[in-house]
Amino acid sequence: MQLGAPHPERWNVSDLILFLVEHGGGRTRPLTWECLAFVQGLALELSRKVIGVVLGNNIDSVCAEVAAAKVQEIWKVSAPELETYNPDCFSAALCQIIKPAEPYAFAFAHTYRTIDFAPKLAAALNVGFISDITRYRIDGGRPVFTKSVFHDKLAAEVSFCAAPPHLLSIQIGSFPGDAAQREGRAPVQEKPVNLAGVPDRRRMLQIIQAMKNQVDLSRAQIIVAVGRGIGKQENLKVAQELAAALGAEIGASRPIVDMEWLPRDRQIGSSGQTVAPRVYFAIGISGAIQHIVGMKNSAFVVAINKDPNAPIFKVANYGIVGDLFEVVPALTQAVKQQKGNG
Amino acid sequence: MKIIACIKQVPEKDTRFEINPQGTWIQEQELTFEINECDVYALEEALRLKEKHGGEVVLLSLGGESAEKTMRRGLALGADRGILILAARDQTTDPFTVARALLTQVRLEQPDLVLTGVRSDDQAFSQTGTLLAELLGWPHATIVMKIDWEAGAGRLTIQRELEAGLLEEVSLPFPAVLTIQQGINQVRYPSLKGIMAARKKELRRVNWAATGVSGDRKIAIEKLVFPKSDKKSEIIGGTPRDAAATLVEKMKKEMKIL
Repeated sequence: MQLGAPHPERWNVSDLILFLVEHGGGRTRPLTWECLAFVQGLALELSRKVIGVVLGNNIDSVCAEVAAAKVQEIWKVSAPELETYNPDCFSAALCQIIKPAEPYAFAFAHTYRTIDFAPKLAAALNVGFISDITRYRIDGGRPVFTKSVFHDKLAAEVSFCAAPPHLLSIQIGSFPGDAAQREGRAPVQEKPVNLAGVPDRRRMLQIIQAMKNQVDLSRAQIIVAVGRGIGKQENLKVAQELAAALGAEIGASRPIVDMEWLPRDRQIGSSGQTVAPRVYFAIGISGAIQHIVGMKNSAFVVAINKDPNAPIFKVANYGIVGDLFEVVPALTQAVKQQKGNG
Repeated sequence: MKIIACIKQVPEKDTRFEINPQGTWIQEQELTFEINECDVYALEEALRLKEKHGGEVVLLSLGGESAEKTMRRGLALGADRGILILAARDQTTDPFTVARALLTQVRLEQPDLVLTGVRSDDQAFSQTGTLLAELLGWPHATIVMKIDWEAGAGRLTIQRELEAGLLEEVSLPFPAVLTIQQGINQVRYPSLKGIMAARKKELRRVNWAATGVSGDRKIAIEKLVFPKSDKKSEIIGGTPRDAAATLVEKMKKEMKIL
């Protein structure tokens, strides 16, 4: 497939970049604009056209909302089977849209739902899928995508070997939604799908609140959060002493909670609580993206880690590279002294 | 119940990585390896299902000869036997190629369930298990935090994680592929007896050529780089005591929490 400027009169089959509109409760979700910002940028560089795809049931208000952004068209894919998420129906509907349209690419936000159905869609279409993209560049007319690998300590540049359509998912927070061009007026086209033949296999039973948060960390002014670097459960007291000296709440990254060293209501990150304290101390936390999304809005971040390449240092205002078992007790001591003087 | 647990060998989490001179992968010499974290939870879940309902747990992996070490660890934890598809590095980086190779062995074994981790610690595409499910034509669920099965029932009930502390409970029929999230259980450590027994357990090697999977890859990792940093944190140096004193000054004057 040759890339380059499309013929001006007609859309060539590979001129389209589609993206999935994220919505809920009859409104678009902010992730939609992150995805739009990404595809608008990509479309501009590759001379393609952007089409938003809305999947669901009773989605007119969502279609209208996103049709008022700068897109070529909105495709409304409405069916009762799409009311509740189901990977078989989602994948079948998108297959029926993608096959005749033969777009150059289809982009998603890398959500837990996308993880659930996009690889299935890729296999059904027999195409490539580059997931969790944080950046891209164009190299000789060909896009090369960057994603985090090895616990976010390294980045990989990934490209497609297979022909389009290319499936893409973008990491949440990597393409700010404010960059999306929101002014426009696009026609809404209905795209009928037939889901009658989709096997009834996976059935949604209910949505459960995993645990009622006993501790609301979102109100904490100071949080001392510990990660895998703490090593052993007994070592938690090093962090707890600092927290006590500061009057801070204790938080944790996922592995600490998975090992049951602290209760789940202390977990900070994508599957735990989202916090924004005045100061966030990250102790022995390497800073995988799932953790970062839960604490990046803290006013100040202080990271203490022995690995100078730990990704936590990319979001920290202040960092101390060293052995936390030396640094944290010294800090606790210094805080106590300061408070004693004050 | 016959369960295949797909595991991957990855470098230990604490590793400080160096990139190879070609820039295409990490320097693997002298690294120590372990079973990918989510896969350990998947194996543990497989072992628990076997302990409750009977049956067999078969380990399936794809990698170099060196992957035998982590396979033996999986056998020491309690898996009954293992299958190792021998593959070169460039055959392991494309999730589609990996899924197609795994498919050949799953078809031969015909298990009731395939369990694997949600994502790998190295590439983290989060695709392989779901690709495999679709290639098999089986139902699947990802990011699984709980598996319930009543002996004899035709369907499983599982809970899968959603964002912000929510879980989605779904049911699905056998056979199925489940990708397991870390934290679903508390993993065991191998016993001495288990380690001894593992040496004698069957570990079948399958040469790449025998899988019949061609080089039709979908995506390729061109190179690895150290991530660009948009924001540099100010690194406070000196002895722990000096660093603590500097930080306390900043906590007082700038952060205003003291």
